[in-house]
Amino acid sequence: MSALLAQVEIRERTQDTCVSDNGFCPGWIVDNFDRYVDPFVQHVLLTVVAVAIGFVIAFSLALIAYRRRWLINPITQVTGVLYTIPSIAAFFLLLPLTGRGFLTAIIALVAYVLLIIFRNVLTGLDNVPEETKDAGRGMGLTDRQLLWRVEVPLALPEIMAGLRIAVTTTVGLATLAFFAGAGGLGKEIFADIVFKSNVVVAGGLAVALAALLDGAILLAQRAITPWTRAVAAR
Amino acid sequence: MNISDSAQPSGPSPRPSAATLEFRKATKLYPGQTEPAVKQLSLTVPAGEICVLVGPSGCGKTTAMRMVNRMIDITDGDILLDGQSVRERRPAELRRDIGYAIQQIGLFPHLSVADNIATVPRLLGWDRARMRARVDELLELVSLDPHDTRDRYPTQLSGGQRQRVGVARALAVDPPLMLMDEPFGAIDPINRERLQNEFLRLQREIRKTVVFVTHDIDEAIKMGDHIAILQKGGKLAQYAPPAELLMAPANRFVEDFVGADRALKRLALQRVRDVDLWKAPLVRTGEPVAEARAKLADSEVPYPLLVDDQRRPVGWLSERALLGERVTDELRSRADPVLEMEDVLRDALSDLLAEEAQYGPVVDERGAVAGVLSIEILSHALKTDPDEVPSGADAL
Repeated sequence: MSALLAQVEIRERTQDTCVSDNGFCPGWIVDNFDRYVDPFVQHVLLTVVAVAIGFVIAFSLALIAYRRRWLINPITQVTGVLYTIPSIAAFFLLLPLTGRGFLTAIIALVAYVLLIIFRNVLTGLDNVPEETKDAGRGMGLTDRQLLWRVEVPLALPEIMAGLRIAVTTTVGLATLAFFAGAGGLGKEIFADIVFKSNVVVAGGLAVALAALLDGAILLAQRAITPWTRAVAAR
Repeated sequence: MNISDSAQPSGPSPRPSAATLEFRKATKLYPGQTEPAVKQLSLTVPAGEICVLVGPSGCGKTTAMRMVNRMIDITDGDILLDGQSVRERRPAELRRDIGYAIQQIGLFPHLSVADNIATVPRLLGWDRARMRARVDELLELVSLDPHDTRDRYPTQLSGGQRQRVGVARALAVDPPLMLMDEPFGAIDPINRERLQNEFLRLQREIRKTVVFVTHDIDEAIKMGDHIAILQKGGKLAQYAPPAELLMAPANRFVEDFVGADRALKRLALQRVRDVDLWKAPLVRTGEPVAEARAKLADSEVPYPLLVDDQRRPVGWLSERALLGERVTDELRSRADPVLEMEDVLRDALSDLLAEEAQYGPVVDERGAVAGVLSIEILSHALKTDPDEVPSGADAL
């Protein structure tokens, strides 16, 4: 591992004692901020693409399992195994199959979020009150209409909560994506892990990204679930 | 429905005629069970009537109701809606033609009141303007202010308001048949009574065929034009108008279920105006005593009733008031209780007992005496043949 890290050298050794002491140097940060832009964009891409693909797969699985209850256990077990495989191990396991690069990282990240989203979507659907479904059916909604007009909308708070966990977790995990050769902020962090300025900027950007995406989903959730904030009867 | 049918003159909101509903040996046997939940149920609900399915829990009343819109499919027999078997129709399409209101109401929490009510219209592809007009019309029909209510979410309504929205939603496309499963079950007694009265008032206007499920015999007697009492295993014990059920229970089970106080319940079916009142010996002060005595002899009431210029009751006169030439105003007692034509007999009896009175003057809407109700009349009403008694819903 240290051999891997030793290959990269991000700073030119200058006369600046702060830099040579591996300290926290605002001057250096301002001068060198450019170098973090591309990794940051890579990181956003890794997170968003992985969560989007993971959401599509897990959401579909949840809808299928919701109607065919016997599928819940097998799906939970398989996604559970994927969830427990350490990401680094997954990256290295995939290398022979998919090679170094974006695809390998995405596959490992997607595998990781499946369980979280699957469980939340299913819980959300299961929590839709029985009488609401009964009323819907009794008024002549077909199963499909009931799903898309009643059950999925009412499951949105749980679904969005799952997305938030998935996104923040993925931002963290994506810092390891450079092991798969997919870049990201992790690459910068590990490039010079003893240099405080570097670690603070790269790590800080990852934290900020997580907070940003989490906040964005929260805002989206508020916008699409206005009824959850309706004040109860006087 | 053909073209000539729909070309009839219409008011602001033309209402299709209510449907006749017929159960024909309808049976439901759940898989893996030996005894059917509903066994060979046969009964006909005439168009525009409320049929109450009542019975102890596990009697299959809800199952019977849910078989009508195929929420539960019958295993044997048939159910006909205006002569057509429900089995011939696709469930979703059939259900859109049948109003559906359940105990927990089941309003969609994520939709506004207007969107809740417009659920079925939307499924049927109504345009926006028509849905909006219909929503407002229905909200007014169930005594809610459209302007104030339309855009609220269900959580922002009181229990009673939610119930009204539930009824409005069930009525959205003017279905010829409504299914109501304990619709007022989760509501406190005071509001329940108000909602019951409101629904009866509404029903006089809309004249739907209604299947109403309840476990409460008092509610059944109040709401039903016909009552079907179901016994465990979905066996029909008796199907009759409320009065007949109270007067002539078909068997021991019905007798027990209706309760020991069924004679008193029967009094709740009749109003003061439904019975023959006694003629009141009305006298005024200053009237010749001879005239007063003549009126007294002509009446079944033993005391003269003093009235004012507008014939309003003042009190029962004592013997001494008739001793002179002219009637004086010496009272034996005040005229309490004063009863009204619209009082139900049970309340009238209760008023008489509370005042320890044998006789109570009955006044019309202007307050003038129209006759006298006595304990004797009431006890006679208790023995009356059921055929002479009006059914529950009419007696309002």
